[in-house]
Amino acid sequence: MNGQNSIMTEGLTKRFGDFTAVDAISFQVIKGEIFGFLGANGAGKTTAIRMLCGLSIPTEGHATVAGFDVYKSAEQIKRNIGYMSQKFSLYDDLTVWENIQFYAAIYGLDKKAIKLAGDKLLDRLGLRNEINTMVSELPLGWKQKLAFSIAIIHQPEIVFMDEPTGGVDPLTRRQFWLMIYEASAVGITVFVTTHYMDEAEYCDRVAIMVDGKIEALDSPKNLKQQFHSDSMDDVFYQLARKAVRS
Amino acid sequence: MNSISVKDVGKYYGRKNETVALDKISLEVSAGSIFGLIGPDGAGKTSLFRILTTLLLPDAGEASVQGFDVVKDYKEIRKIVGYMPGKFSLYQDLSVRENLHFFATLFKTTIEANYELIRDIYSQLEPFNNRRAGALSGGMKQKLALCCALVHKPEVLFLDEPTTGVDAVSRKEFWAMLKRLKQQGITIFVSTPYMDEATMCDRIALIQGGKIMSINTPYGLLEEYSSPLWGVRADNMYQTYLDVLQYPAVSQCHTFGAYHHVRLREGAAAEGLESYLQTKGHSEIEIKIISPTVEDRFIDLMQTENKYLI
Repeated sequence: MNGQNSIMTEGLTKRFGDFTAVDAISFQVIKGEIFGFLGANGAGKTTAIRMLCGLSIPTEGHATVAGFDVYKSAEQIKRNIGYMSQKFSLYDDLTVWENIQFYAAIYGLDKKAIKLAGDKLLDRLGLRNEINTMVSELPLGWKQKLAFSIAIIHQPEIVFMDEPTGGVDPLTRRQFWLMIYEASAVGITVFVTTHYMDEAEYCDRVAIMVDGKIEALDSPKNLKQQFHSDSMDDVFYQLARKAVRS
Repeated sequence: MNSISVKDVGKYYGRKNETVALDKISLEVSAGSIFGLIGPDGAGKTSLFRILTTLLLPDAGEASVQGFDVVKDYKEIRKIVGYMPGKFSLYQDLSVRENLHFFATLFKTTIEANYELIRDIYSQLEPFNNRRAGALSGGMKQKLALCCALVHKPEVLFLDEPTTGVDAVSRKEFWAMLKRLKQQGITIFVSTPYMDEATMCDRIALIQGGKIMSINTPYGLLEEYSSPLWGVRADNMYQTYLDVLQYPAVSQCHTFGAYHHVRLREGAAAEGLESYLQTKGHSEIEIKIISPTVEDRFIDLMQTENKYLI
């Protein structure tokens, strides 16, 4: 087992009937890096993420996440990762503190640990006065920050984020990425998908999926060199427009 | 001639009207143009769409579409507008063809009558004619929804976040389709949270917290941006960001993809920043003047007029 990688996959494949959603992808995500996972709609990103999070059993191939095997230890994976998406994050009709308690308990923290981690989180976000506020009443920017902090409240080795910044204002989007940088700086691996190509530049390495396969994987700098482009937008465009399925 | 006119329109929610969705906004859209409403979730975009398509009554002010009042003449407006709501709202268990046929019939027309208008888009859908709409991919759903909004040849097309969650390639294709529709004389009122799409519009309004911060052409909006903007990059971008913020002559710094966008206080020189970053141990330092983007201007407006910060 390689302790330097948070994710290792080898020929990871998922078929639905005769449709191959994810087609033998092999890659590693290094501990502590920000790993961008890009692809057009229908390229297979969501299916791949579901397998990596222990939510969908692969048809073929191997994968370990945070050291756990996706076939044998799916439950362990769920406890040892963080997950956040734009669509699924906090419960609007619970208060800030109730959301913290709920998710921390789901992630397996005991009462004492919840209190400790919850207090730390509130202080860091400056949300101490808002513990009894309904999440629905928080501005969107605060909600996003709270959701991210909760997703890593159990100090997971890796956090998965599926389009975390969709629809937020440009200031909040940037504040959010600073939180990602901070998490990465303390050693948490960040696996993130986005439709904003400027955000691809913030990643240490980027993988681009086309029609179920990983067509390119490198640092933004090297990818731009390889595709003779001056932006990740253009790199993405060159690769994704070749897609046959949509 | 104006196709859409909005004057001091307000919309309030809650028992005591405490939630202000639209704070007395005004705008005008000239016929045959593409007008973009640009802003994040919760800015009030959808409320305005629903008022203009006569699905919601304004609490203050007045608005008209093609000269028809949105309150008094709602029946007239409904005949001449096409509306693609943000949420996919076609019938999931009807096929592609059935959905299109249904919408054509609602407007007392046929698919064939205005086929010219939708041919471009519909031809990509025809191979899936018998597939249930619910089983289409995101990109295909978007194209079908656009066809259904166009099937009665509307004079004004309302598109509420048609590209949200859509990948960069499909977004480019979508905007190319809108350009072709504009050439046929249709007025297009479109909203988006993606600020890079602003340049595809003839005029744009930046909206935040129910207020319109600015209305201009995309070019004019960037002209509003006064002081020079510097692009800064170095080896470790996060550390560079933290260090740039500490430099006294820097008035603001935001991450912007490959470069940080930095503004200096009046009279400060960029050379000072470069030698400062060198003493901080950075390598591969690059500092250059860059052109601002719509996002720069948006952030600027949010910050200079604190009331837009929510």
